[in-house]
Amino acid sequence: MIVTDTRTGRRPGTLGDSAVRPDGVAKVQGTFSFSSDEQIDGCVFGATLRSPHPSARIVSIDVSGAWKVSGVEAVLTAEDVPGNATYGLVVADQPVFAADVVRYVGEPVAVVAADHPETCQRALAAIRVDYEVLEPLLDPEVAIRGEHPDIHPDGNILRHQRIVHGDPDATGDVMVEGTYELGMQDQAFLGLEAALAIPEPGGGGIELHIATQWLHEDRRQIAACLGLPEPKVRLVLGGVGGAFGAREDISLQVHTCLLALRIGRPVRIQYSRRESFVGHVHRHPARIWMRHHATTTGQIVKIEARFVFDGGAYASTSSPVLLNGITHTQGPYRCPNAVVDGWAVRTNNLPCGAMRGFGVVQACFAHESQMDRLAEACGLGAVEIRLRNAMRTGDTLITGQVVESVAPVARCITEADALPLPEEPVGGRDGDPMRLPGGAGRTSDAEHVHRGIGWGVSIKNLMYSEGFDDFATARCRLSGGVVTLKFATAEVGQGFVVIAGQIARSVLGVDEVRLDTVDTDIGSSGSTSASRQTWMSGGAVDAACRKVRERLFDHVAAQHGLDPLRLAIDGTDVIDTMGTLRLAVEDAVMGREFDETVEFRHRPTEDLDENGQGNCHTAFAFAAHRAVVDVDAELGLVKVIQIATAQDVGRALNPLSVLGQIEGGIAQGLGLAVMEEIVRNAGYVRNASFTDYLLPTSLDMPEVVVSLVEEPDPQAPLGAKGVGEPPCISSTPAIVAAIRDALRHAGIERRLDRVPVRPSDIAL
Amino acid sequence: MPEFYELQINGSAHDVHDAWLGESLLYVLRERLGFTGTKSACEEGECGSCSVLVDDVLVCACLALAGSATGKTVTTVEGLAATGTPSDVQQAFVTAGAVQCGFCTPGLIVAAHALLTESPEATGQEIREALSGNVCRCTGYGRILEAVAAAARARLAAGAGSIDDRGET
Repeated sequence: MIVTDTRTGRRPGTLGDSAVRPDGVAKVQGTFSFSSDEQIDGCVFGATLRSPHPSARIVSIDVSGAWKVSGVEAVLTAEDVPGNATYGLVVADQPVFAADVVRYVGEPVAVVAADHPETCQRALAAIRVDYEVLEPLLDPEVAIRGEHPDIHPDGNILRHQRIVHGDPDATGDVMVEGTYELGMQDQAFLGLEAALAIPEPGGGGIELHIATQWLHEDRRQIAACLGLPEPKVRLVLGGVGGAFGAREDISLQVHTCLLALRIGRPVRIQYSRRESFVGHVHRHPARIWMRHHATTTGQIVKIEARFVFDGGAYASTSSPVLLNGITHTQGPYRCPNAVVDGWAVRTNNLPCGAMRGFGVVQACFAHESQMDRLAEACGLGAVEIRLRNAMRTGDTLITGQVVESVAPVARCITEADALPLPEEPVGGRDGDPMRLPGGAGRTSDAEHVHRGIGWGVSIKNLMYSEGFDDFATARCRLSGGVVTLKFATAEVGQGFVVIAGQIARSVLGVDEVRLDTVDTDIGSSGSTSASRQTWMSGGAVDAACRKVRERLFDHVAAQHGLDPLRLAIDGTDVIDTMGTLRLAVEDAVMGREFDETVEFRHRPTEDLDENGQGNCHTAFAFAAHRAVVDVDAELGLVKVIQIATAQDVGRALNPLSVLGQIEGGIAQGLGLAVMEEIVRNAGYVRNASFTDYLLPTSLDMPEVVVSLVEEPDPQAPLGAKGVGEPPCISSTPAIVAAIRDALRHAGIERRLDRVPVRPSDIAL
Repeated sequence: MPEFYELQINGSAHDVHDAWLGESLLYVLRERLGFTGTKSACEEGECGSCSVLVDDVLVCACLALAGSATGKTVTTVEGLAATGTPSDVQQAFVTAGAVQCGFCTPGLIVAAHALLTESPEATGQEIREALSGNVCRCTGYGRILEAVAAAARARLAAGAGSIDDRGET
């Protein structure tokens, strides 16, 4: 493990220090309260009845059997929803309960509350739903061609967006093309969906303890469905056991509140793992055709592409996911001309929405596979073709937007290239069978194992796009020598709780930082997604702390007859930069309290026009990945040996946290490359369990070597870019490229145009 | 059917009253006795989030019936060290950055304690194998492996490698 970090001599716990998490001790001791751990006297359990069909008309629902089960306290269906019947992040097209039709396997039809989870299961089994099964719409191309009746009043097309840039008729001397597919990936957070709803006496309001990515957006949708004004719905962040996009949408929030309001007692719902697989949105399965035109020396002339994203039954965030996909067609490379056609469509598959990488994962697998084909066609190496086309600050994207972000693409590539290759011998030829692809299962033979190297490089937009009013709120109170910060930012594991304290210590020169409850008693912080919280909530905390510092300086200046502009923080002291005054911050505060709340916004963005032109994104981050793999070509077994990465992080505010994001993201990229897919057949999910949905374990993860590329971004409030998504974006194509390379060494040519790569894709 | 049965957990006796005998050890620990440090994430023994020690053997509490643990000693993550004074393994996880969302962490802590009790000199590949039954979705395992290796090194350096420090009191 190599981390490039040259800074020294910093006050512990300030920016740039690898400070440890304030919630760390509670988490290792088992005392940290996750949303599933929240218990309260008099609480009952809730559970959900779900559709067994991908498409069916509900003829009738008879809940009388459920009421006969002893211990049942409530049974609710669509007719029990007092407010809006539907919700959704972008458009409210998803029913709280299916009423007339069900549109995917797992769609909620009813909920029950009872004294024991087993009672709930018996009650659900006693509800009789008569379905008239309909022919499901499963093929996105059929939806595009309009060959299936609308499965929703809003129609079967969720979004169609074109990009036409430069000369659409331009051609290159060299042309490569391919059609790439990605399976449906699950976020597979460990902490299952869980919520606790506590009704106000009299039923006029509700408090929901919930693991979510965005409290205020949840509240907006929940309140509308409950028919309550937003102030009567208070949300408190329950401990979040991972998110990765799967907690952006409503799942059990409305159901839990409805049950609690109905029976006037607290209600808990916790999904099972099987249920969780159908209870949240997934990464969009995609089919992407790309054709690259280039000069004989490998300069990209034009890219043509067609994206088809299967959005499943409801809209969720399919529209912005598609936008992200198509606007990242070119990857981190210059491209003067482009013609791109993008579709996100509705089907009777599981609804898809946000997952780490948000549309760019799909684009990157396609454009990086293309770059390797282009390299081959031009007789260039994988590194050379990428360096020749590497994007720079000031380049124009295919949307017409100029890249104003620091864009150290070439540096990422060369720094990753300079990282040491693994020392581990090919195929465990040192005699350790555990190092064979497939492990010590007596299947693979070291003599049949070949090693390959592959590359993936990515660009990822940061924050929200297309004119969204994206902001974060933070409150800073300085009293004595203690800073108390309040924000509604969802800590989902990424470590904002540690960064927030580091910001306050750096700006205000205090050591003790307390974090207030994370709830809706303050303004929104926006979503913990799009790699945005360090920039956005970090920016808000920074701004609130600076405002408090100004007031502190005004106070000190008035007392000492100084110009406040002469004052600064030095360590834990306020000093006069032009004189001798030096006093501890704690003494400077002297019985006063300073309290400031700030909203922080990034610069505005715009919608795309009909040709896909417009400044739709805010900022960009880049990463390069080099994968080394061992492959048994005959058995189709793969062992990833090493991932080397250089990532554009702007400024590493907490190098240890950055490293954790990089290693964790790579694990998810590896999963998509060779392991993870929700296997579906005719709309039915075939592997909704951790036995059958394969997640990388400690034996699957390779050595990771890291170089942090630190070029502080002047746009970013702290110079730091979001770091969460890039690691899972280009690691996937790097691994697949390495498999292709290993097979080439075995004398086998495989396109491997689909992820996850299965043994049969390699061996057959 | 008895009206209650007794479980020995973290050194203390706990009576479980009026319970359905089909309840897993995980359910009884979490829902009836309030030991919520043990987590439920897959319910089929694949992810290790519910790892506990039953008579010093590492088991998935979701796969064991609570009734089968009567007459045995159960150690959960809460029993490894007093609240507020983390064990060496727990502190190593915090220091090394092995904790993100933290949901898998208690199970990994219990598994790591079991490993270092059984194999105090565990390194590299042996640690990977021992922890491969514990799924972590956040960290990619790098810092976890480093934390366990660091704890092992520290114990050996302190000459305490053979001492069972599970801290049952």
